[in-house]
Formats: sequence, structure tokens, C-alpha cells
Amino acid sequence: MSNLLEVKNLKKHFPIKKGAIFPKQVGAVKAVDGVSFHVRKGETLGLVGESGCGKSTTGRAILNLIQPSEGEVIYKGEDISHYKGEKLRKLRQDIQIIFQDPYASLNPRMTVEQIIAEPMRAFGTPKKEREEKIDYLLDVVGLSSYHKHRYPHEFSGGQRQRIGIARALTLDPELIICDEPVSALDVSIQAQVINLMEDLQKEFDLTFIFIAHDLSVVHHISDRVAVMYLGEIVEVGEVEELYANPKHPYTQALLSAIPEADPHLKRDRMVLEGDLPSPSNPPAGCKFHTRCPFAEEICRTEHPELKDVSTGDHQAACHLVKEVVGSNG
Amino acid sequence: MEQEPILQVENLHTHFFTKSGVVKAVDGVSFDIKPGETLGIVGESGSGKSITAMSIMRLIKDPPGKIVDGRVLFKGENLLEKSKKEMRSIRGNQISMVFQDPMTSLNPVFTVEKQMVETIQTHRKVSKKEAIDRAVELLDLVGIPSARSRLKSYPHEFSGGMRQRVMIALALSCDPEVLIADEPTTALDVTIQAQILELLERLQKELGMAIVMITHDLGVVAEVCDRVMVMYAGKPVEFSEVTELFDHPKHPYTWGLMSSIPQIKNRQDRLEAISGLPPDLRDLPQGCSFAPRCKHAMDKCHEVDPAFREHIPAHHVRCLLYEEKEEVTT
Repeated sequence: MSNLLEVKNLKKHFPIKKGAIFPKQVGAVKAVDGVSFHVRKGETLGLVGESGCGKSTTGRAILNLIQPSEGEVIYKGEDISHYKGEKLRKLRQDIQIIFQDPYASLNPRMTVEQIIAEPMRAFGTPKKEREEKIDYLLDVVGLSSYHKHRYPHEFSGGQRQRIGIARALTLDPELIICDEPVSALDVSIQAQVINLMEDLQKEFDLTFIFIAHDLSVVHHISDRVAVMYLGEIVEVGEVEELYANPKHPYTQALLSAIPEADPHLKRDRMVLEGDLPSPSNPPAGCKFHTRCPFAEEICRTEHPELKDVSTGDHQAACHLVKEVVGSNG
Repeated sequence: MEQEPILQVENLHTHFFTKSGVVKAVDGVSFDIKPGETLGIVGESGSGKSITAMSIMRLIKDPPGKIVDGRVLFKGENLLEKSKKEMRSIRGNQISMVFQDPMTSLNPVFTVEKQMVETIQTHRKVSKKEAIDRAVELLDLVGIPSARSRLKSYPHEFSGGMRQRVMIALALSCDPEVLIADEPTTALDVTIQAQILELLERLQKELGMAIVMITHDLGVVAEVCDRVMVMYAGKPVEFSEVTELFDHPKHPYTWGLMSSIPQIKNRQDRLEAISGLPPDLRDLPQGCSFAPRCKHAMDKCHEVDPAFREHIPAHHVRCLLYEEKEEVTT
């Protein structure tokens, strides 16, 4: 499988300014701080981490919804991070996004038909074709054409998310960035939407970047998973391997923190001390060392790079994990 | 020795009278809880779990809401018959509550010290100095480092997890005998959630209070609860001990909930979702409320609303599937 998207050393720093009349930059929130990964065609890459780890910013920077500060986003062999104007507009047909909040991401004054037609209008699809496509897509996402003339407030959260998905599919995209698409939904509805997304991926040959904080959902839907902490990827690998054999202490803590629906389970939980440090002033060395139960001297001074940690496709950024040479990953 | 329940809810009905109809948010809920026990109430949004909690605390706004039937017995006394003044001295004192959203349940314009001292002095005749000492002790208890200096902070100076700890400290300030925790970890990240659940468990052991844990997360239930009530559309559909519920779930809705969650241990190819949507509480379907979404629904389910019955000792279910069986066996 070839890489559809490659992200190299992506950074997004938001400036912190002080002074009302002549604002001066006094610092930066390092929301994304040197992230590199690739996405293969047809796969789902899960991006997990706690709030504030930079996973959504990464998603938005790929789409150029916010301009990256540094780094390359290579889509089909071309660096798209500096695209502007018409070129950027054209690109957006190929890469779409589904948002977390189905209440805020649909215009309350537009009917479902108008919402789904909007991307096609923007790209000049003829009216007749538009109408056919709307009926077809409504059917695909499990709504019917009589929903067309209704407004978003007449729908439940799950149905709204279906509308958002239909809108993302209108221009036959190749890559969809799904930014927490199911976290606002109830469990029974969440399962419906996850199933729908999996069906659509098969049917339309889509590639997903699936951003979520729920590790069991990510496990279910992803082929590969990247774990983020304070703007960096600390571990990335094939899903089964990463969940069965987590190498980075942060991944281990995250996985042991998931409450599992099994009252017989006697868990040996690794509870992390403290909170996430501020991304405007991240700790030196390994960013996780302030909460890591195993931190040593080297972790406080030297920043660890991602390295192969098993013979499969599995990398982690930790000084205390041995590098495995001869990897094919 | 069988302990007396500290809180008993009997046949509680809370309805909201709105312009577009009567919303039967809670429609016949009964349970009891013993000292030191954790009772879980699970369900999706709109199932009536939070309204149950608010009804116990008498926090339902009237109008439009009204507790139309039922009794809430706290140590044998019916809370629904108490005057507003009596209720104020119970609320936050003997029964207290932790809310889901730690951002909005603390007052942003006062320091934590002011809010804690206020709560303590409302219920206890103590000097300000004693109240501050008690506040420091409580913040220590919930694991906030350098408690005395953090007292002067405003809520926004705490992180989400720390704010939830402050909320718990506030709720514990008068040694409540019952703590109602309404989705206390839903707004928090998993690693922080683990900290808070651990904290609640530790505090329960130390202080021996009863906890009513309201959540939509079956994982949280499995971890902390002794007994569980599953709610759907304002009614309890299943009620049993936690191990029994997970080992032998009886109600089709409980089955659906369990198969809807992706499992890490054995990855399913496809999630078995419950089809359809929760019903409109103003216009509940005839018969069993779950019947339109139920894979096992029989013709009778659309006509008869099943009773909530103890089909197996200590395991209540509201479903006709089991009524049938009994008829067959007898």
C-alpha cells in the first residue's frame, strides 16, 4: 500500500501576545510540536490522546484550516502545506472533515438539502446532478429523502452526525479527517455511526484519520494508531500490536486507565500523578517525564526520538525502551 | 447482619408539564441503598437518571417539573414532605451531590476558600478560622497539593480534574451519609477519570458513605458499583448486583448496550448497535417503551407494558420474555 498522506515534522505554535496597542509576542503555545506520520491509502489511522495534546490541531493543520507554522504535509507526492487560493480550494474536494459537535457544525438556518448541496454548489455541480446526489447520499447514510426539507434542530444528535457525514461525502473525497465524530453521541447511537463509517469506507474506498480520545472506539475502527502527548507522537504502530504490547509508559497508563465493562477484572492500574503540563511551557527533555513513574536522569535532559521497538510496524519515543534493529516497519 | 437502607426511593414519578405535552421524565423508579454501598444508575441521555437524582435532592424546578407520585425515604423520613427550610439543612449536609461539569458548578467570581467556608458555615456552627481549617483538611483529603495556599485560588486556576476534586471536597464538607455523583467523570480525560474513581473509592472506605453513581459508561459501573439499575425512557428496566448483571444480563436493552461498546479484549468485526432512536418522552409508544427498537419484540410487547418483576432472586427485569417463560414452566 502506498502512502496517501505523509506529515513531516509538522508544527503549529500559537503566539501569546501582550500589550494592547503594540502587541509583542511573549511566548507560544506549542499545540503541535514536530509531528511526523504517514497514512496509507484505504486505511484508518487513529489519533488518540487526552484533551490538549494537539490531535485536533494536527487534523486541522493537515487540511490547512489553520496554517502550520512549520513542516510539510505531503498529499499524493505534493507538499500542500503552503497551498493558497484556488489551489487550496481545489484540494479541499479531496480532503474533507467531519466535526465533533453535530449541533454546532450544521447551519441552523439551512435545510438538510441546502447543507448537503453547499459543497457541490461551491464546485459548480449542475442542479440536476446535485439533486440526484442528495437523494442518493441521504439513503447511503441511513436517512430518507423526505428529511430533505427539514432543519437541523428537528434531528437527534446521531441523525445530525449522519447529515455531517453525507455532506463530507458529496465531492467524492479520498481522505476524511474525522475529528471526534462519535464522542458527543450516546453509546447505542455511537455504535450505529461507527458501523456506518466502516461501511462507507468500504463502499467509497475512503481513507480516514480518526481523531478520538476514546481508546476502545479507536481500537475498533483503526488499522494503525498514533498516541499523542503534549503536541508530539509518543508511540505509533499497528493497532493490535500497540494495544497488546504498549511500549511507552504513557500509552501503558492510558490503556490501563480505560474502565472495562467486566466486574471480575482485577486490574493492576497505573494511575498517573498530576495533570498535563502547559503546552506553552512544556518540560525539557522527554515531555512526559514529569508524570512518568519510571523517569530517569536522561529523561529530564534529552528529548527522545521515535524509534523501532519491535520487529513489526511499531515505534515509540522513550529512552527506556530498547531499540529493535532489523525492523521492516 | 442485614443493614437498614439509608435511602429508599419508592415508585418515584417526576413529570414536566410543558406546552407541547407532559414529559414523563421519571416514571416509576424504586430502589434502596445501604450505608457504604455504591449503587449505579446507567442509561443514555433522556433516560431519567439525572432527574431521579434531582428529585431526591428536591432540585426540580416547579413549574414546569413536578414530583407527582412516590416517596423518598431518608432514614425513614419522607423527603418529599419536608419544608424548603428543612430540605436546605439536609441538602449538602446529609445528602450531597457532585455534578458532571466542574466548570459550571463552581462560582467563578469567588475563591475556593469563600465557597467552601460558606458551605461549612451554613451547616455547622463554627468560626471562620475553624471553617478554613476544615477546608484545608478536606482539600488534603481529596489530594490537592499545598492545600492551604490553593484555597486562595479561583476556580479557573484549577485544571478540570482538580476542579472536580474541589467539588468532591465541597460535597464532603459536612460528612454526608449519601453522596449522589451525577456523571462525575464524564467531562474528564481517562487518566484523570482513573484518579477520580480511585479517590471516590478511597473516600467511601474511609468515610463509609453510600454513593449513588449516575453514569452512561458501563465500564465505570463495572469498576465501582455494587448494584446497578439500568434505566430506559424514565423507567428502570433491569436491577441487580453488578456481577450478576454483567454475567447474566436479562433485558434486551442491557444486551444492546453491552454489545454497542467496542471491546479491546476481543475485537468485533462489527458492533451490534441498537437500531432506531430513544422514544419521545411526551408520546411514549404503547406497551413496552423499548419494543420498537427491540430485536426480540413479540406482538404482545407492543400492547402490554411489562411489570418490573423479580424473576430471579435479587434480579429485577421489566420484560415480557420472562413472563412468557414462567407461564410455560408453570
